[in-house]
Formats: sequence, structure tokens, C-alpha cells
Amino acid sequence: MTDNTPTVSGSEASEAPRSAMARFLDSDLLHSFLSSKVTVLAAFTTVVLMLAALFAPLVAPFNPFDLAQISIMDARIPPIGMEWSDPRYLLGTDDQGRDLLSGILYGMRISLAVGFLSVAFAAVLGISLGLISGYVGGRTDAIIMRIAEVQLTFPAILLALLIDGIANGIFGNIDRETWAIWILTFSIGLSFWVQYARTVRGSTLVEKNKEYVQAARVIGIPAWIIMIRHVLPNVLGPVLVIATINLALAIITEATLSFLGVGVPSTQPSLGTLIRIGNDFLFSGEWWIAIFPGLALAILVLAVNLLGDWLRDALNPKLR
Amino acid sequence: MSILDIRGLTVEFPSRKDVFTASRNVNLSVDAGKILGVVGESGAGKSTVGNAVIGLLENPGRIAEGEIHLDGKRIDNLAAESMRKLRGKRIGMIFQDPLTSLDPLQTIEFQLVETIRLHLPLSKTEARAHAVDLLDQVGIPNPEERIAQYPHQFSGGMRQRVVIALALCADPEVVIADEPTTALDVSIQAQILKLMKRLCEEKNVAMVVITHDMGVIADLTDHVAVMYRGDLVEYGESKQVLGAPKHPYTQSLIAAVPRPDVKVHRFPQVDYIEGSAKPFKQIDIGTHWLGKARDYKSVDGPLLDVKDITMKFLTKDAWISKNRQYFTALDKVSFDIHAGETFGLVGESGSGKSTMARVITGLYHPAGGTAHFAGQELTSLKDKKQVLAMRRQMQMIFQDPFSSLNSRMRVRDIVAEPIKFHKLASTNSEVNQIVDDLLEHVGLGIAAAAKFPHEFSGGQRQRISIARALATRPRFLVCDEPTSALDVSIQAQILNLLKDLQDELGLTMLFISHDLAVIRQMCNRTGVMRHGQLLEVADTEDLFDKPQHAYTRELLSLMPSMDGLSRQNLEEELA
Repeated sequence: MTDNTPTVSGSEASEAPRSAMARFLDSDLLHSFLSSKVTVLAAFTTVVLMLAALFAPLVAPFNPFDLAQISIMDARIPPIGMEWSDPRYLLGTDDQGRDLLSGILYGMRISLAVGFLSVAFAAVLGISLGLISGYVGGRTDAIIMRIAEVQLTFPAILLALLIDGIANGIFGNIDRETWAIWILTFSIGLSFWVQYARTVRGSTLVEKNKEYVQAARVIGIPAWIIMIRHVLPNVLGPVLVIATINLALAIITEATLSFLGVGVPSTQPSLGTLIRIGNDFLFSGEWWIAIFPGLALAILVLAVNLLGDWLRDALNPKLR
Repeated sequence: MSILDIRGLTVEFPSRKDVFTASRNVNLSVDAGKILGVVGESGAGKSTVGNAVIGLLENPGRIAEGEIHLDGKRIDNLAAESMRKLRGKRIGMIFQDPLTSLDPLQTIEFQLVETIRLHLPLSKTEARAHAVDLLDQVGIPNPEERIAQYPHQFSGGMRQRVVIALALCADPEVVIADEPTTALDVSIQAQILKLMKRLCEEKNVAMVVITHDMGVIADLTDHVAVMYRGDLVEYGESKQVLGAPKHPYTQSLIAAVPRPDVKVHRFPQVDYIEGSAKPFKQIDIGTHWLGKARDYKSVDGPLLDVKDITMKFLTKDAWISKNRQYFTALDKVSFDIHAGETFGLVGESGSGKSTMARVITGLYHPAGGTAHFAGQELTSLKDKKQVLAMRRQMQMIFQDPFSSLNSRMRVRDIVAEPIKFHKLASTNSEVNQIVDDLLEHVGLGIAAAAKFPHEFSGGQRQRISIARALATRPRFLVCDEPTSALDVSIQAQILNLLKDLQDELGLTMLFISHDLAVIRQMCNRTGVMRHGQLLEVADTEDLFDKPQHAYTRELLSLMPSMDGLSRQNLEEELA
């Protein structure tokens, strides 16, 4: 073994390790991303919409929450290009005279916040329970999975309505602005955790029989460290895909709940709230109040979904 | 004239960054009734040649240069549709894994009749009769009854016979067999090889056998082509090539094959092969951290004493305990291992040898029996401190180097984990120093520490695995088929490394393998297992010279003989 002649592949071992950035720039993931025009467009749209929402106070021409800026006299002004339009209001105004473009930007903020928070909540809950369920197995697994199955018999929206209703019953209508978003996040998150738990459990069942987990057990490492340090990083791939697709779903669910009037109050309009307000005027000719927020919602959800689809294909070795 | 003629075949796989040439200017030909072996290690391009012949190159592979002629007609430029008609009819194919190459949802009859009628103008009843006849020819008993069964009702060997029948069903002129016996146990391998040889002669078929196994080449083939990284390095009559190899690669490949008939101290120097093994950095074991593995207090009697270990797996659960069904994986197995020796366990798949390893290392809890390690009872250990102390002394090297390392961790973290967990070093810089030394010592070099496992080859990964196992300073090492996933030249390197480490650190080893030739090279004493029972334990040399149990004799008689293989480079290492 002492005087082995190094050949072609031997030189690879002595190569200096590349930096994380260099590895990323050279990765197949980036390449697959750049070679799909639809995905690049979707990513661009998502980023633009998110930035616009994040910096809404800077970008938006008006602040729809500032009562001093709105006047009922400006109500229901049509968008630019139509008769009676006003150059100040690009997309027109709603029934209370609020600028629709500003409303959409601020509304998207709330929609995205609820989306991200509820996905994070669902992911943390689902991943933890799935990991425990898959790794520990036996009775623990049976109990967690039965709960998950029972939950799956309720449609997510019904569950969210239920939780929202209960919360309303407990808190009443006092101070609704502050806690409405949190209740919404909690109820949407709680209705989505099952998917994460099932996926993570499935991957965990596969991973825990791999030899690297057994090697860790032979070293004597306790189960909870093995779960977090060894199994968790190896089951996160599919979770990322679900999280992206769920983000779109959560935004829609939030919009649906707000549309039904159990989401955020109309003083803090989200996209769903705006659509609900517009719905009342849809047939009296003021179509823009519902259509523009609806369009914004559709574009946002479509872009995020396309990203999720690409991610699923890129991370799935079977489809390559 | 030869039936199949491959001239100057170059196959390329263009990728995003460059073009990978899988085979370069390969010239081969096979005559009717003859068997050509294509041998090489993984990545040599041998399967690519086979796939090019049947026109099933994986995307984005393409034939860049060269021609393939079947019975005088060029076939490499045929359109996809005419190539499809050729496949199965004139060129048959036998795949590696009989478990996946048959459709599990269809009966054998359906699959055979479908293929036969696709290629031959026969009625359903005629096709069925032909199918039964074929099954009879490939040695399936009661073909009339068994033809109506599903693949899962056949054993692995029987299924491979069915696959062979499928390949032969349209009387092809050429049959290509890609690793036809790799997934099979040694006893079944011998039968399948015999069958292939007989059919090849009877039916006057030209056969191309692609394999990594020198034993298969020696037993089966008339001619052999040796491939190395896409190049055909040696080609000629099998006797000639194996007995007196000319090319240095062939020489080192043959020297690296473990022989069942002789024991060598070390495998001869394997040059010309993946040069991953950097020179050992010389460390003074006496004073080094690693050398403290020798400081465990010595034990009177055996280091490991296993008595009547029984292990059962639940196969059918039930509420009432007496209705539960179990599979007995270990049936009252008893043996002992003395300090400093290597004890071998050999057996076919399902014999319980890996289960034994997992019981000893505490991954499974046995249903009965005791195991004493250094005088301490293992199976009843409750105290956490004692369990950890025990775990430290006993480490395991696994079979599959691709799943035994966490792909999300850097090599440094993988090797450092046991040191940190058992608090075997006080500072971080000390830990890093030990990791560097370990990696150097197993022949990898310090640069390896910052990389991820996927940047290494199988052999290098197995070295990382060994470094991790050494990181707790164990005195007992369980090696569960440590080389069966590796190429033969890499296997030789890893086995040499294990031998060196054992000499140096005074390790005791339990060495598990299905390969009797490897067992002979590695083990002082050996136990033979079958169906969860330990049939015979003897000194390894005695076991090979005068086996006591009938099953041991059978196993020994089924080993590929390797008689024809050159003994060049081997003489000075003979024991």
C-alpha cells in the first residue's frame, strides 16, 4: 500500500475542497433552473411580488390604513383608460375610496405573511411528529398516524373555519385586528401538518434502516441526536417541495377564509378581503374592485406553484 | 465467420460540461457456440458495450464511431423500429437481477407466450408448448404446472432460469448476459453457469457474458476481453489471458483475486488501479492516541463468548401471543472469539450471519442466550455508562459504503462524531488532529476531511468508514461483508488495510462474508452458517482442507476454481 501509483481518479482526492458558492454555481440544480424559462419567469415574478409586498409602504402610492388619505368622494373610480378615471388611481378605487393598487400591495403583504407563517408552523409540527413517528415506531407511530388520518377526513378549509370559529367564540370581537392573523395562521397551519408528517415519516422509515444510522447507533449516540443530526437533513428534500406548493395553498386558503368573512377584518384587507368587497359590486359594473385583487392572487399563486413543480422535478432523481 | 462483430466501437455520453467516453475503439467478435467474457471493474465500460449491441444505450449515450455487425449485416445504424424487431428475436438479453427483470403481475406463461408470439409465427397453443419445452430445457422441474405460476413463486435461481428461457425463446443467434450471476448465491451461481454453457453448445448460440467476476470468466468463457476505463486492454483466449496475462492491468487484476486454494499474507501490490491510497503517514503507535486501543485490560479466556443466542423476527403479528408467527434468524448459536484473532462467519444470504453481527453490536436484542464481552454480559446491560463503555470498545464496518456514511455531513464531522460523543479528546484542535491522523492512517490524506462523502469512490468511502470505526479506539471490530460491494482490486486494498490495522493495533475481528476465498485470506478460525444455525467451527485452514459438515463440503465444491489464474506476483506472499 505504500508505493501505489496514483492514476486519474487519484488526483481527485488531493483536490482542494471547493467553496459552497463555487459548488452552487456549478450545481445541476442551478443549471436545471436556468434552463427552464418558465421557472425563471415564475421565480422573477415571485420575487418581484414579494419585494413589492414587503416594501409596500415605500412602493404604494397611498396608505389604505390611513384614514386621512381616503375620501368617500373618491369611491368607485374606474381604472386608468376608462371614462371617469383619475390619474391618481392607476387601478381605480374601491367602495370606500381606497386606492386599489395600494390595497393590493398591502393586502399581498398580509396574504404572504399568513402564508409563510402557517407553512412554517405546519412544517415544524409535521416534521417533528413525522420524524418521531417514523423513527420510534410502534405505539407512538400508531397514535400519531391515527390522529393524522382522522384529521384527513376533514377538509382543510372546514378545519380552519372550525378553529377560527372557536377562537372567535373565546376571544370575542375585542381587539380583533391584532389576533386575527395569528388565529388564521394557527388554523391554516394546523390543517396542513399531516402532509409533512406523512412524507417525513415515510422517508424516515427508509433512512433509519440505512447503515449510517446503524453506525451512529453502534457508536452509542442517543436516538434524539440521531434523529436531528442524521435523519432530519436527509429527509428534508421532499419537505421543501411540499412547503413551496403548500405556500400557494395557504395563500389561497387565507383568501378563501377572508372571502367568507372569517379571516382578517376588512380594516386590514388581505387579497381575499378585497375580493369579497369587490364581489358585492361585480354585477353593478364596478368589476375592477374584485378582478384586480383576484388577478394578483392568481399570478402570485401560479408563480409559486410553478416554482414548486420545478423543485419537485429537479429534486426527484427518477424524473431526470 | 463470427456471428457478432464489433469494430472500433466508441460510445460517448455527452454531459453538460464535457463528453464522457465510456468505451474507446473496442474490437470484439464472437463465434456461434462460443462464449466471450467481457471483464472489468465498475466504470470500465463493459455494460456499455453490451447495451450498444442491443441498441439500448441510456440517454444521452451515442455510438460516436465504429460498427456492429450481426451475421455480416451492419446493425448499429438501424432505425429504432427495425432494431426493436431484432431484439429478442436475433439478440437475446439476460439481466443481472432476476427479481426485477420479470413482471411480477403476470404469470410466467403469459410472459413467455407473449415474447414467443411476438417473434415467431406460432399459435397460442404452439407457443405454450414451446414455452414448456424451453422451461424444461433450462431445468425447471414440472414445467407444465409451474408455467402457470407467478414470478414470486419461484426462487432467485429459478427466476434466473426463466429469464434465460425468455432470452432464448426466439432462438436468437446472440445472447448478451450482463452480470447474470452477480445477484445469486454461490451454489446457485454454479448451476446457472453450467446451464449457460450447456445451452450455448446445444443451441449453437454466441454468448457475450459481461461480468466483474474472474471466477465466472475462468469457469465459463472461451475468449475474454479485459476492459479498463473504456479501453480494451487485453483480448484473447481465456486460458491464455488468465494464465499468462500480458497487460499490467490484467496482471494486477488477477493478482488481486482472492484464491480459495491458497492463503496469502497480504495481497500483492495492486498497481495500475485507483491510486487513492496515499502512503501512510508514519505515526508512533506506542505513544499516539490511536495506540491506546491496546491499553484495555486483558481478559482471561475468550474476548467474546456467545452462548445459545436465539433471534426471532415477528412475521405475523396477532393480539394473542400464541398466534404470532416468527422467523427464526438465529437458532442457539454459540462460539467464542479470542483476543487478537479474526473469526470468520460464512454462509449464503439469509443464513443469519449479519443478524449475528447486529446482535453483538447491540442493534438487535436477542430472544435468548447470552453474549459475554471481556467478561461482561452484553444482552442484559442496563446502566447507561456501561453500555456506552461497551459501545466504545466495539465498532462495526458495514457492507454498503454508499449508505453507511451520512451524505449531508462532511468527512471531518463524520469521523469526529464518535470522538466528541465519547469525549475522547479535550479540545477541538486535538479532535481535528486526531481526525487528520486517522484519515492519513487509512490512506486518504487530510484534504479528505473538508469534503462530502459523495465526492469519493466506493473504496475511499470504505476507508472513511474504517476511520470512523477506529475513532472510538475500539478493540473489537465487526466487519459485515466489508468488501462485497467493492471491485476486486479495491477489495484487495481494503483487506490489506484491515490486516495492517489489526497487526498494528492488536484488534480482534469478527469478519463476515459470503465469499469463502476472502474468508480464507482473512480469518484464523471460521464458522459456517446456514438457516440461522452454526454448523461447523474450525481453524480456517482445517476447514478448507478437511471440512466436517456436508454443507461445508458442498459450499467448497461449488467455489469457482480459479485454477487457470496466473500466480504471478503471488509466490512471495504465499503462506
